[in-house]
Amino acid sequence: MAEESPGTKVAAETAGGDACPDAGQPLLRIEGVAKTFGTFRAVDGVSLDIKAGEFFALLGPSGCGKTTLLRMLAGFEAPDEGRILLGGKDIALALPHERPINMMFQNYALFPHLSVRDNIAFGLKRAGMARAEIATRVSEMVALVKLEGLEKRKPDQLSGGQRQRVALARALARRPKLLLLDEPLAALDKKLRESTQGELMELQRRLGMTFIIVTHDQEEAMTMADRIGVMKSGKLAQVAPPRELYEAPHSRWIAEFVGDINLFDGETKLRDGHRLVIGTRDAGALVVAEPREGVGSGKLAVAIRPEKVKLSRRGPVTEAGRETAINILDGVIADICYLGGTTTYKVKLDTGGMLQASVANSARLDIDAYSLNQHVVAWFTPDDCVVLQS
Amino acid sequence: MQKVSRLSRFNIASLALGLAFLYLPILILVLYSFNASRLVTVWGGWSLRWYHEFFNDRAMIEAAWMSLRVAVASATIATLLGTLAAVALSRGERFRGRTLFSGMLYAPLVMPEVITGLSLLLLFVALNAERGFWTVTIAHTTLTMCFVAVVVQSRLGSLDRSLEEAAMDLGCDPVGAFIAVTLPLIAPAIVAGWMLAFTLSLDDLVIASFTTGPGSATLPIRIYSEVRLGVKPEINAICTLVIALIAVVIVIASLASKLSSSQGESAAPL
Repeated sequence: MAEESPGTKVAAETAGGDACPDAGQPLLRIEGVAKTFGTFRAVDGVSLDIKAGEFFALLGPSGCGKTTLLRMLAGFEAPDEGRILLGGKDIALALPHERPINMMFQNYALFPHLSVRDNIAFGLKRAGMARAEIATRVSEMVALVKLEGLEKRKPDQLSGGQRQRVALARALARRPKLLLLDEPLAALDKKLRESTQGELMELQRRLGMTFIIVTHDQEEAMTMADRIGVMKSGKLAQVAPPRELYEAPHSRWIAEFVGDINLFDGETKLRDGHRLVIGTRDAGALVVAEPREGVGSGKLAVAIRPEKVKLSRRGPVTEAGRETAINILDGVIADICYLGGTTTYKVKLDTGGMLQASVANSARLDIDAYSLNQHVVAWFTPDDCVVLQS
Repeated sequence: MQKVSRLSRFNIASLALGLAFLYLPILILVLYSFNASRLVTVWGGWSLRWYHEFFNDRAMIEAAWMSLRVAVASATIATLLGTLAAVALSRGERFRGRTLFSGMLYAPLVMPEVITGLSLLLLFVALNAERGFWTVTIAHTTLTMCFVAVVVQSRLGSLDRSLEEAAMDLGCDPVGAFIAVTLPLIAPAIVAGWMLAFTLSLDDLVIASFTTGPGSATLPIRIYSEVRLGVKPEINAICTLVIALIAVVIVIASLASKLSSSQGESAAPL
C-alpha cells in the first residue's frame, strides 16, 4: 500500500481511509464455509485468508462453486456452515446492504431506467451522502473509468465495453473494503478483454483496494491476480501465486487444469541424494528433482510442461553423465501445430509414449523447424519435472 | 406499406371480408347513433338528438356512473392484489402449495362467467350481504385480478433478478430494492393490467347481473334490459360512447406494454 502513487485524489482518499488494517491481519477470513443446495454440496468447507490490497482470483471450471462462494461473500447466499470474517467481524449472515462489500455482476446488472450518472450515484444516495458530495464523487468515478460525456445516456445506449465501465464505476463509487467481480470480462471480445485486464490491474493498484475476481479463464487469472485459488467440486484445490500454481501444482488435476502438461505414470526406482529415478511405462526411467514433502511413494506421475522440453536433431551438446544429469528421449515427430509465436510438436517416443514440446519460433524463416516423421532428440532437466501423486 | 402491395387479390378480399365482419356492425352502430330518426333501421339524417336524450336520461346516467365507479374501484383493488400475487409467485421463496396457488389464481381466466357469478351470488346470499356497489366490485375484482397477475408476472419473469441484487448490494434492503428498481421497471405492466381490468369490468354483464342488487344496475345491465323492450336509438349513442372510452383505454394500455417490453430488452444480458 505504501508504494502506490498518490497521484489521484481517489487514491489519496482511499489510502487515508479505514480500508487498510494491519498488514499482518487478513482483511477477509473465510473459515470452513459450506453451502448445500438440496443434495448438491456447492461449496464444501472452504477456508481462505485474503490480505488487504490483494488481487485474488477464484479459478475453476463451471459448477465448481466459485460463484456460490462469491455470492456468499456478497450476502446473496447464507452459508450453511462456517464463518466469514471481514476485518475481524463475522458477516456470514449479514444482509447484502449491511456489508462494506460491493459486487460487479457478470451481466453488469445496470438499472435500465436510470442514466449512467444515476446508476453510479445509486449506492451513494442510499448511503445518505449530501447532494454536492454525490456530484463530486460521480464525476470522479466517471473520470476514473473514462466515461466523460456519457453521463446522461441510458445503459441501452452504450456499447458492451462502456457498460462494463459503468458497472465498475458503480461498484467502486461506495469505496468498498472489498470489491467482488463475477466474470467481469466474459462478455467482452478478446482485444477489449486484454486491454481491460490491464486497466483493472492498474485501477486496483492505484486505489489500493482488495479485489476478488471469479473467472473460468486461467489466462485472465494468471495475468491479473496476485494469488489464485483453484476450486474443484466445492473445495479449494490449491491457493498459490500464478507462477507457483503453474510450476509447482499440488495435484495431477491442477497440473492438467492449468496450462498444458505431459504426464508419465510410474514408480520410484532409485533415490540418490536430491535426485529420484522414476521408472515410467511410456518414457522409460526419468530423473527428477526431489519432490515436495509427502510425495514420493506409491504410484507417481512425472509432469513436464511442453515449453520445458527442448528438441534437437542430435541431442544436447553436454553429454556429461547422460544417465543421471538429464533426461534424453529419442523419438519421431508425429504431429505439428503451428501457433504463430510457438510451434507445438508431438513426439512419438521410441519408448512408446507421446511427448508434447512447445518451441518458440525465434526465427522468421523455418530453418529450425522440424518436419513430420523426422527423428529428434527431446531432453529436459530433472529440475523442470514435477513429481505428483498419481 | 410495400408488403400490402404484394398481397394477392385473394388476400385483399379475405382481409377486407374479415375486417368487415369484425367492424361493420360496430360501424353501423356508431353511424346510427347519429341518426335523427326514431326508428333504428331507417336513416333520417344527421343528429345528436340521442346523445342529448342519453344525457337527460337519469336512470341511464346513474347506471353509467355506477359502472365507472365499479370499474375504477375493482380495477384498482385487482391491480394491487394481482401485483402482489405476481410478486409472490415470481420472487418469493418456493413456498408449499405454490403450484396450487398459481393454478387457483388463474382459474377465473378459464372459468365460465356464469359459474363465477352464480357462486359469488350464493356466497353473498349466504353471508347475507346487501347486494349493490360493493358486491359487484368484489365480484369484478375476483374476475380481473388474474388478468393483472398474468400481465405483471410475465413482466417480472423477463426482468433480470440480478438487478434487484445489485440494488441490495448498493445499500437497499429488499423492500427498498423492490421500490427503487423493480417497481419502476414493472410499472408499465401494472398500468396495462389496470387498464385491462378496467375495461373487463366495464363491459361485464353476466357476473354483474348475478351480484348486483335492486337500484344499482351497471350500464351493461341497464342497456340489456332496455334492449329487451326494443332497441332505442339512444342505446346506439351510449354504446358509441362506451366504445370510444374502451378504445382510448386499450390504446393507452398497449402503448404502456410496448414501452414496458422495449425497456425489458435493455435489461437482458448482452
